[in-house]
Amino acid sequence: MGSYVISTKQEQQELLKEAGFASFEDLFAHQIPPEVRCGELNLPEGLSELEALEQMQELAGRNRVFRSIFRGAGAYDHYIPAIVKSVTSKEEFVTAYTPYQAEISQGVLQSIFEYQTMICELTGMDVSNASVYDGATAAAEGVAMCRDRRRTRILVSACVKPETLKVIRTYCFGNDLALEIVPEKDGRTDQEALQEMLGADTACFYAEEPNYYGIVEEYQTLGELAHRAGAKYVLGCNPIALGLLATPAEYGADVAVGEGQPLGLPLAFGGPYLGFMAATKDMMRKLPGRIVGETTDHEGRRAFVLTLQAREQHIRREKASSNICSNQALCAMTAAVYLAALGTKGLSDAAVLCTSKAHYLQKELEGIGYPLRYEAPFFHEFVTRTPVAASRVLSALEERGILGGLPLGEKEILWCTTEKNTKRQMDEVVEVLKEVAKA
Amino acid sequence: MKLIFERGKAGRALSILPPLDVPECLPDVPGRKTVPHLPEVSENELSRHYTELAKQTYGVNDGFYPLGSCTMKYNPKVNEEAAALPGFAQIHPLQPEHTVQGALEALHTVEQELCEITGMDAMTFQPAAGAHGEFTGLLTIKAYLKSRGEEHRKKIIVPDSAHGTNPASAVMAGFTIVNIPSGADGCVDLESLRNAVGEDTAGLMLTNPNTLGLFDRNILEITRIVHEAGGLCYYDGANLNAVMGLARPGDMGFDVIHLNLHKTFSTPHGGGGPGSGPVGCKAFLREFLPGIRVNCKDGVFHMEHPERTLGSVKAFYGNFLVVVKALTYVLMLGREGIPEASSNAVLNANYMMRKLEDLYDMPYPDACMHEFVMSLERQKHENGVTAMDVAKSLQDYGIHPPTMYFPLIVHEALMVEPTETESKETLDAAIQAFREIFAHAAENPAEAAASPKTTPIGRPDEVQAARKPVLRYSWPD
Repeated sequence: MGSYVISTKQEQQELLKEAGFASFEDLFAHQIPPEVRCGELNLPEGLSELEALEQMQELAGRNRVFRSIFRGAGAYDHYIPAIVKSVTSKEEFVTAYTPYQAEISQGVLQSIFEYQTMICELTGMDVSNASVYDGATAAAEGVAMCRDRRRTRILVSACVKPETLKVIRTYCFGNDLALEIVPEKDGRTDQEALQEMLGADTACFYAEEPNYYGIVEEYQTLGELAHRAGAKYVLGCNPIALGLLATPAEYGADVAVGEGQPLGLPLAFGGPYLGFMAATKDMMRKLPGRIVGETTDHEGRRAFVLTLQAREQHIRREKASSNICSNQALCAMTAAVYLAALGTKGLSDAAVLCTSKAHYLQKELEGIGYPLRYEAPFFHEFVTRTPVAASRVLSALEERGILGGLPLGEKEILWCTTEKNTKRQMDEVVEVLKEVAKA
Repeated sequence: MKLIFERGKAGRALSILPPLDVPECLPDVPGRKTVPHLPEVSENELSRHYTELAKQTYGVNDGFYPLGSCTMKYNPKVNEEAAALPGFAQIHPLQPEHTVQGALEALHTVEQELCEITGMDAMTFQPAAGAHGEFTGLLTIKAYLKSRGEEHRKKIIVPDSAHGTNPASAVMAGFTIVNIPSGADGCVDLESLRNAVGEDTAGLMLTNPNTLGLFDRNILEITRIVHEAGGLCYYDGANLNAVMGLARPGDMGFDVIHLNLHKTFSTPHGGGGPGSGPVGCKAFLREFLPGIRVNCKDGVFHMEHPERTLGSVKAFYGNFLVVVKALTYVLMLGREGIPEASSNAVLNANYMMRKLEDLYDMPYPDACMHEFVMSLERQKHENGVTAMDVAKSLQDYGIHPPTMYFPLIVHEALMVEPTETESKETLDAAIQAFREIFAHAAENPAEAAASPKTTPIGRPDEVQAARKPVLRYSWPD
């Protein structure tokens, strides 16, 4: 049996005696009524570390790690610099709690302050919170921020990621907010439909940059439509794309949210990831979750603290702006180290690499009978039609150790490239697909 | 200390990315007009910057962390190693099922084991944290009530000793709150509960042991009252470390629960996350759970969506790597180790309580479960020494302060949770520190009010931080 209890059996007896109990049974009998005491748990016997790790390795071994990945759809296979892993495995960061005690938590607090600054720089927004659970919950919290007494209807583009839409829908079920989907037209939000659907009761409109199909939409126009109806504009954005593309602030967004996983977090079967949230100054006090601010101590030294806590659950209870307590602090630090490691130029380079490779692959695929589904500008994801069943295409790639794009039905595939996909890998995909199309 | 933005020089960079090996081709869309200010540093500077920050951060690895309700137990290193295995860390959430059989089996196994520990029938791992679990559990109740046409049941009953997340989560799930006062014994006042329940009751949220560290002896009567009124019972699992292998929420009459894997199941807190807040329920609620459920047919694992699922509370399947760490922990402790952990958590708390009760007022002086609450109210009146002063003084002894000013029903509260992974020497040193602080503070309250003295900063000006928020760095022009 494995154990992390320090006291030996003899020490336990000493502690019991000093605490005034004859035995553990005596200790529990004082407190837990016999009718709810349980018998022995039906669990396997405990293991040594060596045995437990072997069992976990055996489980991990039954998952396939692909040598090249062309699938995104909300989880992106970017390179993670060595420094990122080195910094974020420091035990002080890993084993600390939420930094309630500022005097001995300046490291974590400063790292969050730096993260908030970077998110503001990336999105162009005024203020950022310290993170939420992931991009989907960030979007759900972002739209919920926009509700007021008169405006309780949420509009979401049909072109956002399905995982995000599901989460927004679920949060709306909780909040009793009405949710309506603005239909898609040629892979983009139908602007005419949006205009018709917006009304005096619309709290906000939510779209994604780029959208689920990788397409960069006309975000300026979308935002103007929302604002003209008095609604807020919430834009979900890919942080790597922001190395190149116009920012949510430049598009007039009131709230910018996104999935921070591309910033140094592994695919990890879907989590832990990172939800980032930033807003205009006007909406600062509606932001959910932790926020770190700069102040001084009594000697005038620079100090960082959790602040604007009057929004939060431990102060406001049922009147809080959100229930968030734990967030994704270590993932936020990961993103900050990643952004510092890349720097301004590196981030822009990463964006150029991602999108250039996507355009290369798209042209090559077009040439062998896999035409683009939507004629529209895209960033690093795009949808092609397939001349044969998508499942056949993907199986052929799988045999070669390649995770192909995500099938959207039987005749379309959503592809993704990152800086990790070399020309050679892409040419290999093209080779395989050419064969499949012929057969 | 310098910010990362105040280090480095223009033009400094790491060597991370390769050159472009295809023609440059950018989409014809608006580019960003402003260049983002990001650090321009070398790898060495970056590494040293964070090493400096780490030195100003206090984790469980640095010392004793008796932060009540947070269960700051030791985080085994093998957990980290298991979660870093490429077979877990490098798999895409949308890979075909047959390529992630190990991941699905991990979810299946951990579900079975945690259901056994809690007396539940099914569990979802989608929620990312405790509060997220509460929200999910309440939505489960909401979906269930809706399916029965009982949408008029809008009220969630919450005792005044509850965690702040309870009422906040209930409101997010569209419920209204009925606060009920605790009885003189610190537990649920049965009369208040009976008066609070009715045809509009959706449910009750409770943690047992409660935030005073007391096991509510009337628990079966409490859950019976709620059930008879047609409501459901929600168990806040923040305090589960007190009862594993001793009592199960499912046997106490709870219908839905959340766990904090980052408390009870030894996964680290990461300075405030990522955590994991799985939600367990009885069989009749299974079909409403969010996300996927893993089933096993003929040795093959499949993902299925519950029939009347309430939806998704997070993309994909939750904080999967955190769940992997918890599974490693449960495998190691097993049948004997799980109850041993809770037993010793309770023992250590009782030992500390006994060794401090002659000096510090214990508002609920009987035995405690895994944590206990002291009050500095008398000292505050007598000589102005507050709970805050004692907490801050502990930092000068290299000890993380207990939870302060919580639960709200105890004035000048300090809530101490030592956990099972601390030695008698550590407990004795902490007891000694508490006693010395008490004596010094009584003699020299001003000095206690000026503590801590040995930390990188003294007490920060929180009023200034909130009045004139500086939430990001601004570059000098």
